[in-house]
Amino acid sequence: MTQEDIGGQRLGIVVSGSLNKGIEVKLDSSASVEDMAVGRYVTIEGNKRRFFGMITDISLGVIDQKLTLTPPDVSDPFMAEVLAGTSTYGTLHVLPTLTIGGNAASLLEGPQPVKTVPSHFSTVNLASQRDVELVFGSEDERKFYIGTPLDMETKICLDLPELVKRSNGIFGKSGTGKTFLTRLLLIGMLQKGAAVNLVFDMHSEYGWESRSEEGRKVKALKQLFPSKVAVFTLDEEGSRRRQVSTDFVVRIGYDEIEPEDMVLLRQTLNLTEPAIEAVYQLSRRFGKNWLQSSLDRKDSEETKDLLKEMSIHESTYQNLQRGLATIRRLPFLVPHTPDNPVKRILEYLDQGINVVLEFGRYTDITAYILVANLLTRRIHAQYRERMEKAIGEDIALPHPLVITIEEAHRFLNPELASQTIFGTIAREMRKYNVTLLVIDQRPSGIDSEVMSQIGTKITCLLDNDRDIDSVLAGVSGKSELKSVLSRLESRQQALIFGHAVPMPVVVRTREYGSPESYKDFLPGGETEIRKQAEKDIEELWE
Amino acid sequence: MERVGEVIEASTTDFVAQCYELYQSPPLGSLVKTTDLPVELYGIVYNATTTSLEPGRRPIARGKDEASEEEIYKSSPQLLQLLRSEFSTLVVGYRENEKLYRYLPPKPARIHGFVHLCPPGEVKEFSQSLDFLNILINTHLPVPADELIAACLRQMSQVYEDPHDFLVAAGKELAILLSSDFNQLKAILGRIKQ
Repeated sequence: MTQEDIGGQRLGIVVSGSLNKGIEVKLDSSASVEDMAVGRYVTIEGNKRRFFGMITDISLGVIDQKLTLTPPDVSDPFMAEVLAGTSTYGTLHVLPTLTIGGNAASLLEGPQPVKTVPSHFSTVNLASQRDVELVFGSEDERKFYIGTPLDMETKICLDLPELVKRSNGIFGKSGTGKTFLTRLLLIGMLQKGAAVNLVFDMHSEYGWESRSEEGRKVKALKQLFPSKVAVFTLDEEGSRRRQVSTDFVVRIGYDEIEPEDMVLLRQTLNLTEPAIEAVYQLSRRFGKNWLQSSLDRKDSEETKDLLKEMSIHESTYQNLQRGLATIRRLPFLVPHTPDNPVKRILEYLDQGINVVLEFGRYTDITAYILVANLLTRRIHAQYRERMEKAIGEDIALPHPLVITIEEAHRFLNPELASQTIFGTIAREMRKYNVTLLVIDQRPSGIDSEVMSQIGTKITCLLDNDRDIDSVLAGVSGKSELKSVLSRLESRQQALIFGHAVPMPVVVRTREYGSPESYKDFLPGGETEIRKQAEKDIEELWE
Repeated sequence: MERVGEVIEASTTDFVAQCYELYQSPPLGSLVKTTDLPVELYGIVYNATTTSLEPGRRPIARGKDEASEEEIYKSSPQLLQLLRSEFSTLVVGYRENEKLYRYLPPKPARIHGFVHLCPPGEVKEFSQSLDFLNILINTHLPVPADELIAACLRQMSQVYEDPHDFLVAAGKELAILLSSDFNQLKAILGRIKQ
């Protein structure tokens, strides 16, 4: 069967259903249950309007229960052929999501959310390429092609300016292609100029090339868009070894670490509540230099007096010292820095250049949380200031900023979500033009309040029940989507739902990693960049 | 068109025809028609009998001294005149003004109407729709309905280039009609499979 044949093929008729629970479709005898697949699209031709829906379950039925008790001899092909579709039949469970009215006015309006169900015995067809295009639109200056629906060649496109208005999440267990999807999305945002990105790149995968699971070299942003991406690094040596052309080496001074940064590290550094209290006290006493002063302090009578004065218990102090020693061992932390990384990042972002911060060998979660939180807090404060100024003085708003964080459940778990800047950004959403792109493999670890604020969720295969529940919380048709989600293939397939798509959609993600695929990403208009990039590609691949 | 007999008894639901030749009744389940202008009636042969002309006089065994069965008829040629073959037909549809209806006609057949065996083209035309199966299922006849339906479908399938497709389509129709009686369906399907 060719691709065209599949689209528009008649499947059966509507026999029962409800808006809440979805619609039952009896398959025609010509359509085999074995050819169906959950996640596929169908159109239902009602009397007055067309409905657009997704197959969420497939089941078998018999016309007479006796058949199940005394099964016929199906080794006889004639018997099997006669009974298929008559006495025994397949049913589809379809979740209707959109409707397209029959009159001209509603055609202009485009697909609307469904508010009723089709009448009895309406014909159900597999959605054709045109239907899918009608719903998801085609590639243009706002829409980025992310993948194709199952068994179809149509492009599913995401409206990126719309997408970055909210925080978004990419979920999936490890090895399901989260990194590839993230790269794709980042490229999309870059290509469409929807937002500038700040990527906290824990495993150094987004800035410069890395290896895929098959061992293939995969290029990343800086190689594809050299003029639009800057790579910052914490691990200069590592980056140099990997021959990454870095733009800036990030060093953080002790004086830049504030007590709020320590709060987040409480769990990873194993600090007690009183120890955190002590940090605030020390900071009040020593100001910006609290960390330096605490580290320098020797076990002396003077220290004891000081502790007594501030009524900090000896053991609390010990606990704090142990935690601080861990931080001190991070080589990118220095007593004093000549340059300010926040300022540099903002400079780049202001020019519309995306910043990828590589962590190199500091993949330790302490370093990640500390740096990501520290930088984001200051950048967010700056953005907030600018936004308020822009509103007050009626000047152009700052360019939307998307901050990408990995291992999000470490920042956004219920205990920390209220304290970290990431929790605030997720909740405040677009007010200050800063949103998050959250990447995580344990969505159940993320605070439900934050989860509910995530606009568009892109999820690869998840098989833990709690993770699935937390991703699907609050979505209509949850149980139906659940069965779709748990049956995704382990690679290159993702379920997208939420703000930026008109209805939940399962996509086979666009190819990424081959020389041809890189060419597709390059903007057609800017020929010089394109030529340069094409040259780069050839050099790298030949 | 092969003439097979003449109507000698008729009612709304069926008619009985006598064969011109002894033992020359059409096969069980075959489609026959009789004309009562402007209406043509279609029927399906469901029973055939050969009896003595006079109801009270039963034939007696005669072959004791004969070498073969043929010899009996040869030595007593009057036998062919004393016996008769008849067949009963269930009315399943009619044609009026070129249009084919697969349900009972307004009037029964005429006595002495000639009965013809339908040629393949006409059988094909009639069996385009399988609505008549409902009549076969719901009529009480001296022969079991399963047997009649199976015989009829077997007969009809022979006029198709691909009898299998026709039988599958008919089987599906039966599966819907007999949805509450799987055993009967199974019995019929067992009799029509090739």
